[in-house]
Amino acid sequence: MSDARRFILSRIRETTAPGREGVATARLSQHGRNLQPGCARSSGSDLIDLFTRKAEAVQASVARVSGLEDVPSEVSRYLRGRNLPAHVAVAPHGDLETMDWTAMAITAEQRKPVDSDGCGVNRAFCAVAETGTLIMASGPDSPSTMNFLPETHIAVLKESDIVGAAEDVWDRLRASGRASAGSLPRTVNMITGVSRTGDIEQIIQTGVHGPRHLHIVLVKET
Amino acid sequence: MSDTRPRVALLVTCLVDLFRPSVGFAAVRLLEDAGCDVEVPAQSCCGQPAYNSGERHLAMKVARTMLDALEPFDYVVAPSGSCTGMVTRHYPTLFHGTPDEERACALARRTFELTRFLVEVRGVATTGSRFDASVTWHDSCSCLREAGTRQAPRTLLGAVEGTVIKEAGDREVCCGFGGTFAVKYPAISTAMAQDKAARLEETGADTVLSADLGCLLNIAGVLRRQGSPMKVRHVAEVLAGETAGPAIGEPDP
Amino acid sequence: MTLHRLTSERFREGADEALADAELQANLARLRGNFLARRARARDSLPEFDELVDEAVGIKNHVLEHLDTYLVAFEEAVEASGGTVHWARDDAEARRIVLNICRDAGASTVTKGKTMVSEEIGLNAWLEQAGIEAVETDLGEYIVQLAGETPSHIIAPAIHKNRRQISALFNHHHTNLEDRESDDLDGLLADARQMLRGRFLAADVGITGANFLVAETGQTVIVTNEGNGDLTQLLCGVHVVLAGIEKIVPTLEDASTLLRLLARSATGQDMTSYTTFSAGPRRGEDHDGPEAFHVVLVDNGRTGLLAGPNRDLLRCIRCGCCLNACPVYAKVGGHAYGSPYSGPVGAALTPSLAGLARTSHLPNASSLCGRCEEVCPMRIPLPGILRRLRDEEAQRGASPPVMRTGLQLWSVIAARPWLYHPLTSLTTRLLALMGRRRGHLPHLPFTGAWTRTRDLASPAGATFQSRWKAGERP
Repeated sequence: MSDARRFILSRIRETTAPGREGVATARLSQHGRNLQPGCARSSGSDLIDLFTRKAEAVQASVARVSGLEDVPSEVSRYLRGRNLPAHVAVAPHGDLETMDWTAMAITAEQRKPVDSDGCGVNRAFCAVAETGTLIMASGPDSPSTMNFLPETHIAVLKESDIVGAAEDVWDRLRASGRASAGSLPRTVNMITGVSRTGDIEQIIQTGVHGPRHLHIVLVKET
Repeated sequence: MSDTRPRVALLVTCLVDLFRPSVGFAAVRLLEDAGCDVEVPAQSCCGQPAYNSGERHLAMKVARTMLDALEPFDYVVAPSGSCTGMVTRHYPTLFHGTPDEERACALARRTFELTRFLVEVRGVATTGSRFDASVTWHDSCSCLREAGTRQAPRTLLGAVEGTVIKEAGDREVCCGFGGTFAVKYPAISTAMAQDKAARLEETGADTVLSADLGCLLNIAGVLRRQGSPMKVRHVAEVLAGETAGPAIGEPDP
Repeated sequence: MTLHRLTSERFREGADEALADAELQANLARLRGNFLARRARARDSLPEFDELVDEAVGIKNHVLEHLDTYLVAFEEAVEASGGTVHWARDDAEARRIVLNICRDAGASTVTKGKTMVSEEIGLNAWLEQAGIEAVETDLGEYIVQLAGETPSHIIAPAIHKNRRQISALFNHHHTNLEDRESDDLDGLLADARQMLRGRFLAADVGITGANFLVAETGQTVIVTNEGNGDLTQLLCGVHVVLAGIEKIVPTLEDASTLLRLLARSATGQDMTSYTTFSAGPRRGEDHDGPEAFHVVLVDNGRTGLLAGPNRDLLRCIRCGCCLNACPVYAKVGGHAYGSPYSGPVGAALTPSLAGLARTSHLPNASSLCGRCEEVCPMRIPLPGILRRLRDEEAQRGASPPVMRTGLQLWSVIAARPWLYHPLTSLTTRLLALMGRRRGHLPHLPFTGAWTRTRDLASPAGATFQSRWKAGERP
């Protein structure tokens, strides 16, 4: 134990009542929820509508497709609409690997992104309707840099993965066995809109470091 | 309005006492018209200058004389959000842990800013006065954040014949008075007052009104120095229909 | 402990310079109503806002009562994820720890996300001295670094600069890029993106701060809009997190509650663009992320604050909302405070951390208007703390003697009605005579601080109380 650690903890303990560790330890394991806003308690199609509305309010675009097999055509439509090259880096995720990109004349490379990639496609772990937030969990199938390096970020999200509040995300992470120290994803990104800044004269500008465009492809359940 | 006539002590405030007695007389008239028996127990200052300057023991000495003077009444009413706040918010803190704490808390519960008292305690809807002018209301920080006075003066002014209210921008921003702050940091205080004066003048109103003489002296100080035509008055004068005399900072004709 | 580049004793001079700088005044005027109006809209559109504030205050108070337990739990969780926790008593120790990490990594370039603790401990200058280049990557911080200045606002570091000034800086420093039109905002942004992207890719170590440290999971959390904190930590070999010990929250649920208030209070957003939870180094199969992860827990005066009467300040989540609400900050800007922390929270925190000897202007230079406390999502009683610091200063006998004598005199008179009434009666009559013709008083030796810039209305004549006593009635 370092001197500094001992010093700091003992200084703190001079101010705290002894024998109360139990309260804190219990809180750590109970995951008790605090108040959640009413809007976060929607369900079903209301949840999807809320998510869509909130995401669009922060300059993301949302398109709905009826199945995973329709993702490449939606990506192709989006890229053409923005006059962007049909060249994408695709996260090595099972759902995205099996897609037929070539039929849409898209060059898709399954790998982590590099600086020169203009567009990256990955799969969202889930999303929060309350704020229109995508949740990306890093792992072998989801490099985190995909969320930040390309100027255009396309995220594929299943409708059934939209939850009401951030608290629901943590429950999902726990249920998947990835929420305890040691099993956590290295990075969990909550993404609400695009990279932006107001640092020059308080005028909002987008794409300062990360994506200038965020497109969410919402996949219906099959 | 209730049937029994409450005994009300006027907390004159030292600024009204020294600079503008007309506000005190206007306040007495308004309270009497609202069915109160008004008395003015001998008093001095609420102790706020010392309290805000870290001189707690001095503040307590001054405050204790006020506590003694104001205690025997049903209500204490002040034509000032600032002095009201000193009694309602800060006396309990100041006397915390002393034998006078309970007395201070009790006094705090019975003390009100004038316009709020008229509207919320006495149920006054109109004071029946006339003032032919467009006015803008300066919300003092203490009215907004300590004395609970926001709507009451607007309600009463809305009922004054001939008066039009023109709301200013940045209404919740301080005018820069701040008691001793105004003389400790005069450059910053003046810059704040100039911003405030600009917002008030942007309304195009003839007159600025407020419930706090400190703010009014500061605002008038800047407006007069700038040669602005805008007049400055305490709200009690307008509500009591006593606007014949010179406005704040104007010469006696 | 020390705060880096502390120059608060120059507050009055700094304020005068700021007030005389027309360009700065125009730049600061952009704050007016901007952040705060957006905050008000965000608050109004969330019916549960005030209830959430109550809960958030409860969480923070709970943490302060169990800080030792949560810090130890956090440490264990970080280690379980393969990271390392360091403890730093003061600024010097924190600097040494970071430098050692950088040296061990053989670092020549360090990228930095926004961290106030780094400003507090003067990290950049220290690294530069050791031959390591530190590059700020938040656009505002980057601008300020190019200018050789410090941030002037917690969440808008370059609020004091306009596009012309920024353009001139970029033209001077970005010699490899072509000049743009000076008012071309898109061009300025493109310049910054290009310059900083190269820095991210070349960095050996990435340093970020933390808005929260989650004790349950050992995650550090950063909240940004630009994504610079993410590129900082994902593209480097070693990620170092600098955080004050008070940043702890118990659980992910508690972090979620605080997150609902942070962005709304800061910029009026529901959430900022990026909220990132980081735990340890990259996992075996991961494609990206740092190879090593260090968290430096910094005390630097915080345990002293915890033991003292101003511990409410440790609830601060650095949203900057009190700066946006402060009419003094709006006129003098952040640099006048001479501390990494400016505005109301800076005026309270700086003396609480560094002592009053060099900082006594800060608690005094406030009209105590209370707007900061009104908007604070952590319900920190800022005016009350400023008053308490004034008490402390008076007890040390350190208040300016003239002011003190004046107040004592006034208080002695005010506490004695037999003295107050005749004295005030006489004085007001005298002053009324002097000012009646013009309506305001002439310059008098004791009114200079007022009358240099403002008229002082003259008293009407006899005092109210003397007239009342004489039987006058309305």
